Amino acid sequence: MYLYDDIDQRLVDERVRQFRDQTRRYLAGTLGEDDFRPLRLQNGLYVQKHAPMLRVAIPYGLLSARQLRMLAHVAREYDRGYGHFTTRQNIQFNWPALEDVPEILAALATVQMHAIQTSGNCVRNTTTDQFAGIAPDEIVDPLVWTELIRQWSTFHPEFAFLPRKFKIAVNGAENDRAAVLVHDIGIQAVRDDAGTVGFRIVVGGGLGRTPMIGHVIRDFVAWPHLLTYLDATLRVYNRFGRRDNKYKARIKILVKELGPAEFARQVEEEFAAIAGGPGTLTEDEVARVHARFTRPAYATLPAVDADFEDRRRSVRAFGRWVARNVAPHRVPGYAAVTLTLKRTGVPPGDVTADQMDAIADLADRFSFGGLRVTHEQNLVLADVEQRDLFDLWNRLVPLGLAVPNLGLLTNIVCCPGGDFCSLANAASIPVAAAVQQRFDDLDYQHDIGELDLNISGCINACGHHHVGHIGILGVDKAGEEWYQVTIGGRQGNQAAIGRIIGPSFARDEIPDVVEKLVTTYLRLRDSEAERFVDVVQRTGIAPFKESVYAHAD
Amino acid sequence: MPTLIDRTGVRADDWTLFDGDASALPADAKVLLPLDAWREYRDAWLARGTPVGVILGPADDPFVLKDDLAKLSLIAVRFPHFTDGRGYSIARQLRQRLGYTGALRAVGDVLRDQIFFYARVGFDGFALRDDQSVDDCLAALADFSEVYQASSDRGPAFARRAAAGVPAVTGTTVTRTRTAATTESVAP
Repeated sequence: MYLYDDIDQRLVDERVRQFRDQTRRYLAGTLGEDDFRPLRLQNGLYVQKHAPMLRVAIPYGLLSARQLRMLAHVAREYDRGYGHFTTRQNIQFNWPALEDVPEILAALATVQMHAIQTSGNCVRNTTTDQFAGIAPDEIVDPLVWTELIRQWSTFHPEFAFLPRKFKIAVNGAENDRAAVLVHDIGIQAVRDDAGTVGFRIVVGGGLGRTPMIGHVIRDFVAWPHLLTYLDATLRVYNRFGRRDNKYKARIKILVKELGPAEFARQVEEEFAAIAGGPGTLTEDEVARVHARFTRPAYATLPAVDADFEDRRRSVRAFGRWVARNVAPHRVPGYAAVTLTLKRTGVPPGDVTADQMDAIADLADRFSFGGLRVTHEQNLVLADVEQRDLFDLWNRLVPLGLAVPNLGLLTNIVCCPGGDFCSLANAASIPVAAAVQQRFDDLDYQHDIGELDLNISGCINACGHHHVGHIGILGVDKAGEEWYQVTIGGRQGNQAAIGRIIGPSFARDEIPDVVEKLVTTYLRLRDSEAERFVDVVQRTGIAPFKESVYAHAD
Repeated sequence: MPTLIDRTGVRADDWTLFDGDASALPADAKVLLPLDAWREYRDAWLARGTPVGVILGPADDPFVLKDDLAKLSLIAVRFPHFTDGRGYSIARQLRQRLGYTGALRAVGDVLRDQIFFYARVGFDGFALRDDQSVDDCLAALADFSEVYQASSDRGPAFARRAAAGVPAVTGTTVTRTRTAATTESVAP
């Protein structure tokens, strides 16, 4: 965890005071609805179908046990006893009352949390790899840089009212686990030949209505200049991004209309004029931020624990969970454990207050009191000793948090959808539940192998359906809920946007459609090693389309 | 006419916004010109010998004033709606890239909840929307006692942290025992 100093704490406290006053003025009628809306959005507060929705920031997905207990408290006191982890590594509460929100924010501030810029046309929570700092394939630890970006973006006076929301992701490993190719700005940390840290800057990626893969506009920005380079990039966007049509206001449209080369030229011109200014980072500051992150005091352990190896072979269910949900760690004898929040029948990403408390206890007991939220809406205990894994697994199973489906079909990424969100065209959570029920057989899931299924209730694509191997999108046709299906999307280093297979479907047809896609894949694959998405790439969408629509005439 | 304030309080606004009719202007009027009017008759305006200012719209390019900055007594930037943030970057470019040090005024939909940001990017005059309370707007200039990032008003927080001697290394580690809960040892 990054621990606040007095400046960090003061800013959050002053934000609570400011928002308390804004809410008071709104309720008193002296601050009009139109003037209040952008202010509440920049504090994560939406007005939804049933009640306001409050989105609380979890910067770069890092969360302490103490903070999770506070979230449980908020869920109990101000909500209906649960919260929803989002694809932006944040948490949402769907039922708080508007007049309670200042109190909630004040409570969160006591554990160094806030809801600053979790919505609105400003720089949002910067996300990163859930295995930041512990991944064996890491080139640069991205956490220091995401915190520096958090500070830079918080109340940035020039960029508080951008044309549209702005999302930044940082990846520090060889494998991209932060989706840098589909962000407004994706930052890939690299080292040059001399070992100096720098960043490759990708701009104009994104999902939503117009999915696009981003363009590299600079191969290497040396670390002292990261924030001024961001200033230059955002400034070009702020001045020239479209404001006449909200659907064309994201930076990807500007990059497309200017062309990546011309956009890059304008950024370079701006950067050349401001580089070396007071925003230039110093070694002292990087060291200071680095030192304010708590670091686990790792024990010296053998790389392989014999008991653990025995158990994973002898206890089949445990072995299966290890194979799917346990990731390697750079420190010998440790592992990272993903707690999947994707039980059948439970909305993806939802956690009850009691589960939060139980998870906080497990984090204290097994993982130095730390947790990460993943952009696939799961939680990670990042620093677990191998020899504790069996004990941990035994405790996770009764909590329903050890479903070994990570990377499998039922580990569905899904937005709240039409049941909760006023933007949605269609329900998404019942669709996820129906698919999970159809594929409830774990053996069958493991046989199918790696398959990302993503569901969004509308074109805003909060469920990231474009990068799902199978993507499902809720669409509105004359007031009815329909679902469009894409296949072949993927995230990571070879990120790609899925292709639509044909006309959309009624809600109750979706499990059949997914099943037909899966059986077609199983028929076509050349071995178990060839994943669904690999087959789609090899064969194209035609055979899948044929099997799904074959009976339609 | 909107109430004009600066950091210290209400100020008399003795500028006249040019409405296209030069003959109606008193000889000693301080005239605020839309960019087009300035560009078209620049030399004639300067020949009057009275203070001249330019008002920029959100789509105007501040760099066209590059060679004239010393001749202008006021630059105003119009915010048609407070959610149109282009004027913030225009102000930054005037201050940071063009080195403009003269009066810079925010006009239009100028509200107390954005005034802190306006002041940060370099505005020093604020022509308030009619319904705004002067006292509230002045108080809003102090909504936050610190800021993280460099802007026109001050450098980044990290420079002040370094100057204040905040130790670079706090030695923060988390330990765990195999039976008890975590203890966090946080350096002061």
